[in-house]
Amino acid sequence: MHAIFLTILLSPLVGAVGAGIFGRWLGRAGSHRITIASVAVSAALSAYVFYLYVFAGAESYNATIYTWMVSDGIRFEAGFLVDRLTATMMLVVTFVSLMVHIYTIGYMEHEEGYERFFSYISLFTFSMLSLVMANNFLQLFFGWEAVGLVSYLLIGFYFKRESANQASLKAFLVNRVGDFGFLLGIALVVGYFGTLDYAEFFDGLAAHTGTSIMFGDTAIHMLTLMTMLLFVGAMGKSAQMPLHVWLPESMEGPTPISALIHAATMVTAGIFMVARLSPAYELAEGTLTFILLTGAFTALLMGLLGIVQTDIKRVVAYSTLSQLGYMVAALGVSAYAAGMFHVLTHAFFKALLFLAAGSVIIAMHHDQDIRNMGGLAKKMPITYVALLIGSLALIGFPGFSGFYSKDGILMAISEADSVAAQLAFVMLLVGVFVTAFYSFRMFFIVFHGKESDYVRTHDIHESPWVVTLPLIALAIPAVFFGGLFVEPILFGDMFADAITVTPEHNVFARVAEHGTSALDMLLHGLMALPTWFALAGVALAWFLYMKRPELAPVFAQRFAGAYASLRHAYGFDRFNDIVFVQGTRRIGEFCSRVTDSKMIDGWVVNGTANAIAFLAAKGRYAQTGYLYHYAFIMIFSLMGLLAWALW
Amino acid sequence: MTQFPLLSALIWLPILSGLLVLMMRHQPNLAKQFALWSSVLVFILSLGLYTGFDNTTAQMQFVEQASWISAFNIQYFLGVDGLSMPLVILTTFTTVLAVWSAFDCIKERVEQYMAAFLIMNGIMVGVFSALDAVLFYVFWEVLLVPMFLVIGQWGGQRRVYATIKFFLYTFLGSVFMLIAFLYMYSQIGSFSLLDFQAMPLGFTAQILIFLAFLIAFAVKIPMFPVHTWLPDAHVEAPTAGSVVLAAIMLKMGGYGFVRLSLPMAPDAANELDWLVISLSIIAIVYISVIAMVQKDMKKLVAYSSIAHMGFVTLGMFLLYGILRNTGEVQGAIMGLEGAMIQMISHGLISAAMFLAIGVMYDRMHTREISAYGGVVNTMPVFAVFVLLFAMANAGLPGTSGFVGEFMVILAAFKSNFWIALAAATTLILGAAYTLWMVKRVIFGDVVNHHVAELSDLNRREFAIMSILAVAVVALGFYPAPVMDIMHASVAHLVEQAMTSKLP
Repeated sequence: MHAIFLTILLSPLVGAVGAGIFGRWLGRAGSHRITIASVAVSAALSAYVFYLYVFAGAESYNATIYTWMVSDGIRFEAGFLVDRLTATMMLVVTFVSLMVHIYTIGYMEHEEGYERFFSYISLFTFSMLSLVMANNFLQLFFGWEAVGLVSYLLIGFYFKRESANQASLKAFLVNRVGDFGFLLGIALVVGYFGTLDYAEFFDGLAAHTGTSIMFGDTAIHMLTLMTMLLFVGAMGKSAQMPLHVWLPESMEGPTPISALIHAATMVTAGIFMVARLSPAYELAEGTLTFILLTGAFTALLMGLLGIVQTDIKRVVAYSTLSQLGYMVAALGVSAYAAGMFHVLTHAFFKALLFLAAGSVIIAMHHDQDIRNMGGLAKKMPITYVALLIGSLALIGFPGFSGFYSKDGILMAISEADSVAAQLAFVMLLVGVFVTAFYSFRMFFIVFHGKESDYVRTHDIHESPWVVTLPLIALAIPAVFFGGLFVEPILFGDMFADAITVTPEHNVFARVAEHGTSALDMLLHGLMALPTWFALAGVALAWFLYMKRPELAPVFAQRFAGAYASLRHAYGFDRFNDIVFVQGTRRIGEFCSRVTDSKMIDGWVVNGTANAIAFLAAKGRYAQTGYLYHYAFIMIFSLMGLLAWALW
Repeated sequence: MTQFPLLSALIWLPILSGLLVLMMRHQPNLAKQFALWSSVLVFILSLGLYTGFDNTTAQMQFVEQASWISAFNIQYFLGVDGLSMPLVILTTFTTVLAVWSAFDCIKERVEQYMAAFLIMNGIMVGVFSALDAVLFYVFWEVLLVPMFLVIGQWGGQRRVYATIKFFLYTFLGSVFMLIAFLYMYSQIGSFSLLDFQAMPLGFTAQILIFLAFLIAFAVKIPMFPVHTWLPDAHVEAPTAGSVVLAAIMLKMGGYGFVRLSLPMAPDAANELDWLVISLSIIAIVYISVIAMVQKDMKKLVAYSSIAHMGFVTLGMFLLYGILRNTGEVQGAIMGLEGAMIQMISHGLISAAMFLAIGVMYDRMHTREISAYGGVVNTMPVFAVFVLLFAMANAGLPGTSGFVGEFMVILAAFKSNFWIALAAATTLILGAAYTLWMVKRVIFGDVVNHHVAELSDLNRREFAIMSILAVAVVALGFYPAPVMDIMHASVAHLVEQAMTSKLP
């Protein structure tokens, strides 16, 4: 098994190094062949591993790859923890990555830096695999930062564009703010449990349920603080408010990576991490409530922003933010399995949506403004169907993958009995309506709206097969994955070897009363509120953008304040810019100019030199060379000395 | 059995070849080749320290002892343990790169320049291996001379100001160290550092000795508020001078703390650890913020060096706080080992950063960030290296820059949550100043015709960068071999530092 896991992990790295270092000799075709082959190997083996774990019942595998170092009795290692949760993530990561690799051949066809791009996405696959396969915090943090690095490189892929460079820097730094908390969380783990290994950490939890840390006179529950700090990391990586600001700007990167990194895999790392550490989160009520509300606010408020976007990728980006909010909210009621289930279905349908949007962008010759589109349905039928399937899955249309996972989350939260959960439920329910509205707003404008001048005057046609094939391949799980896996994941024990839920938190025991099969959920869902909210959203979008398109601008004018607030994304960017970016720079300028240059250098260092020069200049006058001056001084000094002695 | 005097060879061989090079007045090419190959030879010889090293003991190894000035019981006493051996190899390694890096950019008095670096190599090995206080002090001070000449002769516009500042600052610091040595000698009649470590000392004496050492080392490292010589010295120094200054000379201060301060004045260190820790935190936070607004690349990296050295001093002085907070020493070793590995790593990364700036300076003759932009368009290979080293500077896992910072933050938490919190801000600040510079210099469209005319790395530059890149990544993915060297010595050091010397 070890050899198989090692091959899965390292194969993409080989491809990345190959294309990265030898790209100039391999050429474009050589580079995409080597990376696709290497990721295909990983994907095939991951499928085999998935089969072994999920269907053939293989035992969870926990082993060390190598010892990074040992210090102070603590082993720092790299290692694998593979159970059904990991196996599922591995399959999803490698499968989506493979599709994106193939798609890239078409998308990047005319771009510079083709080899570099393939090298990056393979490197990303390696990093993401090392994150999900980790059996310890060190490797988790390595993968965590490595995916951040590749994300940074890919957002800034078009390095000539100032906006891309700005966006990549911002993404890295905002993620670092999250990692700041994450690292402190790891420091707590090491400090209290003396290990970085997950298994040993879980074993030690029982002894620390009541441990507190004293801050002066205040005692703080250690596990709550620890899980909270780790969650700050998740907030950065999974773009939860207020650390979400980097994700919309990450759309500066090429579309294939928006699909792979900023929708399907990397941004879900935070959710995966919390699910993986569920034994610890189960013991921290306060953190769970915080997580629930963070997720609910992100889901609703970010969804609202999707309504006013005019860039096709930004619409999808805000929908990603909103969907991440749903996943996080699920974690907050201990429905880790539901959160992970949504991670999986979302990976398929959101990758599909992004790649379909990318196909539209290719057809539009890299114009991303939806106002320049319209009436594309007839011109690109495969893309049209793909985007329709993706949107239906996204809004949770009954029967599609997204329906099962989103309904699972909403049912779980409705069964949790706390005020926070009730509030979150309402917000998420409204979020469903908003999601349907902005998704179909975009859908109608792009495909059914009136043809713009641009569309009429340009040759717009369906994308080549390397683009449409991945769309078809992703559309299949976007439709069927949910129905097939809802029972084992939500109600069965598919993730039971990885996720721990205490009995009193087990909301699914109550959800299960409505029935546990996909059919039960479908029937129940048809009658339930979320479905009706979703349909209402679609209907409103149809009414506003198809039936009475003149109304939308009127609304925008009528509610100018709200509209402006949405256009400016609630002012987070402005606030961060003024307070953090410019504020830090001001403090830096002050310290540099005043304390360092003026006070230390000016007063103390050069001041000493000047003082000595001054004293020397004055002291020079004492050495007049006249004997009687010296004699006088001697006499007076002697008299003074005598006087002091006789006193 | 008399073994081959390896340490003496590592000290005197480069110094002798330096003197030889000095004579190659009219053969600059010969001087370059000779200097390079002799530094390579010294480096290869120094690997003998690694292969012949016994990891299991904290005893001094490769010891050489002979009477030097018998009237004062001054000895020629050399030896290395797990704390100094990696620094010796770092020195010989860096010298090779420093010498090689100067092949094209130095046009005048080439032989003197090359000789200066060879001589410095020997002296620095001497500092790290001397076990006699006078010998140590002589090496420590003599090192100022060649560095003074390098900056003063081949430096930039304000080199006179910078050299005098550099000289007086460090000289002032080390005078205090000499006084401390003389006091201890007066008590026991020996200058052996090992005897100094073993001798009992009263509390007041320890405090004064500790403070004297602190002044000496704080200047060298440098620590706030005696750091202002470093940015000036770096800005004026030629590339290779900056490399040696950042990679090795700053480490002498850190080395001083572990060789002298902690074992010789443990009770005072216990009493005054708050002082060093506060100054370290200031270095990490305050200096990082200053680094962010620098307009000169070398100044920025110089400030970044101070911030990174803050982790070194922080890691070294966490042990008492850990003992007070948790009642046990678990974590103390991690802090110290983190500090040691941070020194090695910073040696590699700062050398790489200064070399990278040198590569650009050789082509553009400016270090102003605003003069650059879009370098990646004309120097794509170079840009890859810069990005790698920048990420290492920002402490990315998988590079050497991560290892030390990670360990020190983990250890800091055991001492105090807030110290760990303050130290962890480097994650944000370090990334901010480094990557912001990278963004302005490397990325973007070509800003002017000077950048448009840049040529990518030549073979020599590529080789130097590759060597450093391999070292940075190797240490990041597999630090265990270096850690294994240190374990026994660090454990011994913690034991010394935890044992009261009060009579």
